[in-house]
Amino acid sequence: MTSVTYHDVQFLEPAKTRNYLNVDYGALSWLLTKDHKRIGILYMVSISVMFILGGFFALMMRLELLTPEGDLLTSDTYNKFFTLHGIIMIFFFLIPSIPAVLGNFILPIQLGAKDLAFPRINLLSWYLYMIGAFTGLLVVIIGGVDTGWTFYTPFSTQYSNTHVIGTTFGAFIVGFSSILTGLNFIVTIHRMRAPGLTWYRLPLFVWAMYATSLVQLLATPILAITLVMLMIERFIHVGIFDPALGGDPLLFQHMFWFYSHPAVYIMILPAMGVASEVVAAFTRKKIFGYTFVAYSSLAIAFLGFLVWAHHMFVAGISVYSAMIFSFLSYFVAVPSAIKVFNWTATLYKGSVSWQTPMLYILGFIGLFTMGGVTGLFLAALGLDVHVTDTYFVVAHFHYIMVGGAVMGYFAGLHYWWPKITGRMYPEWWARLGALLVFVGFNLTFFPQFILGYLGMPRRYHAYAPEFQVLNVMSTAGASILAVGYMLPLVYLLWSLRFGRKAGTNPWGAVGLEWTTSSPPPKDNFHETPVVTWEAYDYPAMLKAMGETQNV
Amino acid sequence: MSDVTVHADEHVHHPFLQHQFEDLGQQHEASTLGMWVFLATEILFFGGVLMAYWIYRTIYPEAWALAGEQQNTLAGGINTLVLITSSLTMALAVRTAQLGSRRATLVFLFATMLFGATFLGIKAYEYNAHWHEGLFPGSHFTWHENPELAPKVQLFMVFYWGMTGLHALHMVIGVGLLVWIISRAWRSHFGPEYYSPVEVMGLYWHFVDIVWIFLFPFLYLIPHFGVLHG
Amino acid sequence: MADIHEAPHDVTPLPTYFFVFIALAAGTLLTWYASTINLGWANTPIALFIATTKAVLVILFFMHVIHSTRLTWVVIIASFVWLGMLFVLTFADYLTRFWAID
Ligand code: HEM
Ligand SMILES: [Cu+2]
Repeated sequence: MTSVTYHDVQFLEPAKTRNYLNVDYGALSWLLTKDHKRIGILYMVSISVMFILGGFFALMMRLELLTPEGDLLTSDTYNKFFTLHGIIMIFFFLIPSIPAVLGNFILPIQLGAKDLAFPRINLLSWYLYMIGAFTGLLVVIIGGVDTGWTFYTPFSTQYSNTHVIGTTFGAFIVGFSSILTGLNFIVTIHRMRAPGLTWYRLPLFVWAMYATSLVQLLATPILAITLVMLMIERFIHVGIFDPALGGDPLLFQHMFWFYSHPAVYIMILPAMGVASEVVAAFTRKKIFGYTFVAYSSLAIAFLGFLVWAHHMFVAGISVYSAMIFSFLSYFVAVPSAIKVFNWTATLYKGSVSWQTPMLYILGFIGLFTMGGVTGLFLAALGLDVHVTDTYFVVAHFHYIMVGGAVMGYFAGLHYWWPKITGRMYPEWWARLGALLVFVGFNLTFFPQFILGYLGMPRRYHAYAPEFQVLNVMSTAGASILAVGYMLPLVYLLWSLRFGRKAGTNPWGAVGLEWTTSSPPPKDNFHETPVVTWEAYDYPAMLKAMGETQNV
Repeated sequence: MSDVTVHADEHVHHPFLQHQFEDLGQQHEASTLGMWVFLATEILFFGGVLMAYWIYRTIYPEAWALAGEQQNTLAGGINTLVLITSSLTMALAVRTAQLGSRRATLVFLFATMLFGATFLGIKAYEYNAHWHEGLFPGSHFTWHENPELAPKVQLFMVFYWGMTGLHALHMVIGVGLLVWIISRAWRSHFGPEYYSPVEVMGLYWHFVDIVWIFLFPFLYLIPHFGVLHG
Repeated sequence: MADIHEAPHDVTPLPTYFFVFIALAAGTLLTWYASTINLGWANTPIALFIATTKAVLVILFFMHVIHSTRLTWVVIIASFVWLGMLFVLTFADYLTRFWAID
């Protein structure tokens, strides 16, 4: 009974109606749009540019590290490159990636709403993002910045002679854009769910976005005020964080990491949400332990706030508090492990279909687990002293952020691409891309665990000759990874024109977004949907489809 | 859905019902929740700098005490009263908007704006005095009494200017928003079924008031406790 | 969704507003007066207590939280809890940084 709504809609190919893409044309209809779908696309284009730019800096660094001597880039340039790489990838690409692109597009549709609660604020958020990003780009053009993405004081406030204020200002502004996105999502999830869509019927992607928004809202203000203090200190040369003038640099680090550890959950939680959607859709099963997966998102959002000083173990904090933070860091692994367990249990004995989104998610699960486990190594006080500020840390967070979050973004992009554009991407090429990304990624970053363990420090442009073999491997991997990332750029653009028409529900997936046409109409649905089924009710859907075939 | 039937009559489109909402009730709930969530971020924003302040107060009690003596407690106290009164008129403006009396709403909104401007005026007077006393941090800063404490006294003044400055910025934004709300009230936009903008404006205004309720003891009263008295 | 659409909001009676206002003004005078007498260690907690009380009054009555949905309460309480986590864990470092280690 529950699925009646489903199969009705499933085979009802809407007549050639107007959709959000062809309701109106022209640059202004995009630049002044209040449609969450178009704003999602605006974000998609902007962050893709940022991703390419950040990737360029990464590639230059890897090329420099091909040889032990610092020959390609001077140490100054190298410092600027890793700084810009970090700032661009974290603040301008990864933080907005899944929430602002896929969340913006899909979340209201998954809720059965016409739009987000505050469409104008949504547009404002994109403009703030652009202002921040342009400030960042301007800094690149006028000479760069060399503090590292962490902006540690007093180097950033008193000694660096690069464009610190411009960069931090850019990050500050982008922070507001992130806050506004989170605010919009929270209100929309609370207030705009379709009739019948109770909390426990929500797709897990919505739960994940909810948890992400909580972190954005509660962590980002602290970053904002910290950056304000940093700018004041640099601007008028007073000693808020400068020990020479009575300030305490550790206070900066505390406040910075109060944001920046939770920020890693802004990046990874959405990817976890995508994973749940994709795993369910491509195994045709209910997610095993739905409530556990849902609440573990909230648990991560909460516990993620209690561990920040594990980034400061060797910075001179009190040993007692270091012990507390080390201890608490172990807790945050528990809800993540619950999720991995539940996805695996869902996959178990499912009829997995190996489409591209699924391939990315399998990669995600493996690599995220690897990143999490090495995070536990780092959270152990004794071991951290050995590997802190080495390539081990670099490998750890790339497994989480690239192997986890970026993989999740690509999975979601492929999964929802037919909905967003109305076209299918070419499956064969996409699988090839996923494979290259997986291989390239591991070849790039696995050697870095070993390098770090052997003692190669991060953030230098030259290194001891005995590290060269592993570094060459890493650079080779980075080249493969680059090809893997360029492929989607080409074939996704190609698909816009030449891709097969997608139809309403190309994956045969459940979820409100698959009941409306692809691309969706301007108001998402022709009439407000009423939800009568549980989340991921694949068994019922399969049964209903079987019945229609028997008729 | 019970509310669909309850509010069925509202499907006669209200001019201020935005297209993404089903009815005015939903719209009202969304905008107040939106403001509260925004205020939650503000609590952390101000809370963050308050923590930094508190840490240095713990480390440098003497400097804090000396700097606290430079504050004009009378001006701060009067300003607190001014803001509290403005909060009262703001609350009354919301109430009269709810009751649908346009004239009273306009009067109270205008009074609120006036009190807000008075606050800013008194604050400007204080700023001016501090500036001439050489208490603006940076190259301009002068402190001769005990040179070894000078950087720390300056640190207090950084927090003083920073926190009151952020607060004043919020006040200025609040006054700007009031102008907009007044213009809407003037055009009779509000009434018993639609007054969310006034209510949301009120939430913001009261929040800014609360910030000052804490800043007053923090910056004017507390600094010299414990050291000068003890 | 049905749960969130409340009946039109009750209008707070005028006396409530005036009592709250008088309490706030009295609190201001009190905190100022208390700061002029030497109470030793107690001065700071008193000032904080008065400020908190005033803030709670504003939140409950001027901001209508007393009639608001449970969700509003959750939002407010959560923001203070999070701020508390920042304070407690940061101070956990500062207050123990110079303890001796045997
Ligand atoms: C299982 C949970 C996790 C634990 C226990 C953990 C633990 C740690 C620790 C202890 C460090 C500090 C290492 C050092 O500086 O010596 C660290 C660094 C880092 N982690 Fe994690 N982590 C976890 C999850 C994550 C996630 C989910 C992300 C990102 C999405 C992430 C991103 C980072 C980053 C960016 C750094 C390096 C920061 C820097 O110094 O530039 N971590 N992690
Ligand atoms: Cu961390």
